[in-house]
Amino acid sequence: MICVGNPQRGDDAAGRRVAEALGASLGDVEIIEEEGEATRLLARLEGADAAYIVDACVSGASVGDIRRFDISAGQLPPTGFAASTHGFGLAEALELARSLRAMPQRCVVYAIEGGTFDIGAPLSPAVAAAAAIVADRLRAEILGE
Amino acid sequence: MNVKTIKVDQLARVEGEGALKVIARDGVVQSAELNIFEPPRFFEAFLRDRMYTEAPDITARICGICPVAYQMSAVHAMENALGVAVDGPLRELRRLIYCGEWIESHTLHIYMLHAPDFLGYAGAIEMARDHADIVRRGLDLKRAGNSIIALLGGREIHPINVRVGGFYRTPRRRELQPLAEELKRARDFALATVRWTAGFDFPDVARDYEFVALRGDGEYPFSQGRIASSRGLDISAAEYDEHFEETHVEHSTALHAHIKARGPYLTGPLARYALNAASLSPLAREAAREAGLGTVCANPFRSIIVRAVEVLYACDEALRIIDNYEEPERSAVDLDARAATGSAATEAPRGMLYHRYQLSADGKIADARIIPPTSQNQPSIEEDLKTFATAWLDLPDDALRHRCEQTIRNHDPCISCATHFLRFEIDRGG
Repeated sequence: MICVGNPQRGDDAAGRRVAEALGASLGDVEIIEEEGEATRLLARLEGADAAYIVDACVSGASVGDIRRFDISAGQLPPTGFAASTHGFGLAEALELARSLRAMPQRCVVYAIEGGTFDIGAPLSPAVAAAAAIVADRLRAEILGE
Repeated sequence: MNVKTIKVDQLARVEGEGALKVIARDGVVQSAELNIFEPPRFFEAFLRDRMYTEAPDITARICGICPVAYQMSAVHAMENALGVAVDGPLRELRRLIYCGEWIESHTLHIYMLHAPDFLGYAGAIEMARDHADIVRRGLDLKRAGNSIIALLGGREIHPINVRVGGFYRTPRRRELQPLAEELKRARDFALATVRWTAGFDFPDVARDYEFVALRGDGEYPFSQGRIASSRGLDISAAEYDEHFEETHVEHSTALHAHIKARGPYLTGPLARYALNAASLSPLAREAAREAGLGTVCANPFRSIIVRAVEVLYACDEALRIIDNYEEPERSAVDLDARAATGSAATEAPRGMLYHRYQLSADGKIADARIIPPTSQNQPSIEEDLKTFATAWLDLPDDALRHRCEQTIRNHDPCISCATHFLRFEIDRGG
């Protein structure tokens, strides 16, 4: 379980909030928090049987919209995931993992549409609500609860 | 007169956004312009009225790839203003964190941005499908650089542990030991990288650059040394403004730097190597020799090899520093604010980075000047295009575009530092 985001940048913290909501309550699944640097994400994916990733995105949808992508079946949409300053972000990390045959057999991305990414801004109420929903869905999906 | 225009809307695998326009008439390239259209970023103005202690953290934000360079130029310039020299283990730790930045930044460029040009791939993701082991090696090597920055800087991007006078916290010896193990493996990968890149096919071109870099006193330079050039310049950072000037050009929001009354010059790996090759570690020197680099490399396409040699050096140097490290008694030296002006140049991975600050008596920044390497290299990149592209005008459009892009990537421009980058347009006049 990889929760991606910068806790100091408004809705970019969506993934981190999901980690917080999951706490230690995801069985023996390891919950990892990352800022989104591609090579680190890639290292986290290597050797995993299954990976669930949560990140904020910008696609023009309503703030707080939740989407689920099965990455084992296909690529993420080409834009929308905030690339790191290197131009290598989550989407690139996942495709690189696919090229390197390091993609976990099951790989699912939950994307939460963000609204504000200002420095020091709090999470938008809609994103905070979405983070709680995503945490519940992950619990259900992973633990079958 | 024949006229033909090729437009390319996205130039990939450089940092930032902008455009390139090449104009050719009757089979000869007349001009090449990097049109940088990202708005200026006003960092120099942000710094005014902030405390001198804030400069390393504010300027680190100019670049996500070379924040350490910005921090190092800032702290050295401030210490220069305040009349303090940081020495001993603190100086060594600064070299160590700079090693980390060279390793991660150069390796990113070599493996992810530049190598696909030579091997005929659209990018690293495509290259990884056929060369998984090589890309893995690159990622492992880069990770070693990130580990150094994370340990000394507190985190990998925009580190937070660097301060004027030293660090907020210095590591214990035992904390460095796992890093040493990782760096030993990285050094093997770096040597393999030199050999790998040396085997690429390179266009047989060269230019008579005026190379400008720090010249270290017997050490390959990161943060200290005089500013030297291959045509005899030898000045302190304080004299930079007397010898260099920046001018605005209409097609770019980044300023262009020149040597006064002389013109364009080149900073970066080729320049550092030309002026300091003798100061490389024996292993890096031997690898450079084996790769056929000679004492000067004036073929910018071969800069990928020089970068690989510098990565090897940085691994070697980092291991030397860790091996000799003695924990300092204090993590930073004391400083007293005073009205003063200070300047410093350090060696960012892609070239020399100059900072100058004027401080008020209360330690607030009255004026700041930052000249990033890409501003300095832009005129030379345009000259490269003018010089080399004429011979390529008979190539099909796609191939020509690719060669021009590659010519820019040779210098690893960080347009997000200089401002940002790239679209491509060629008017062949044909």
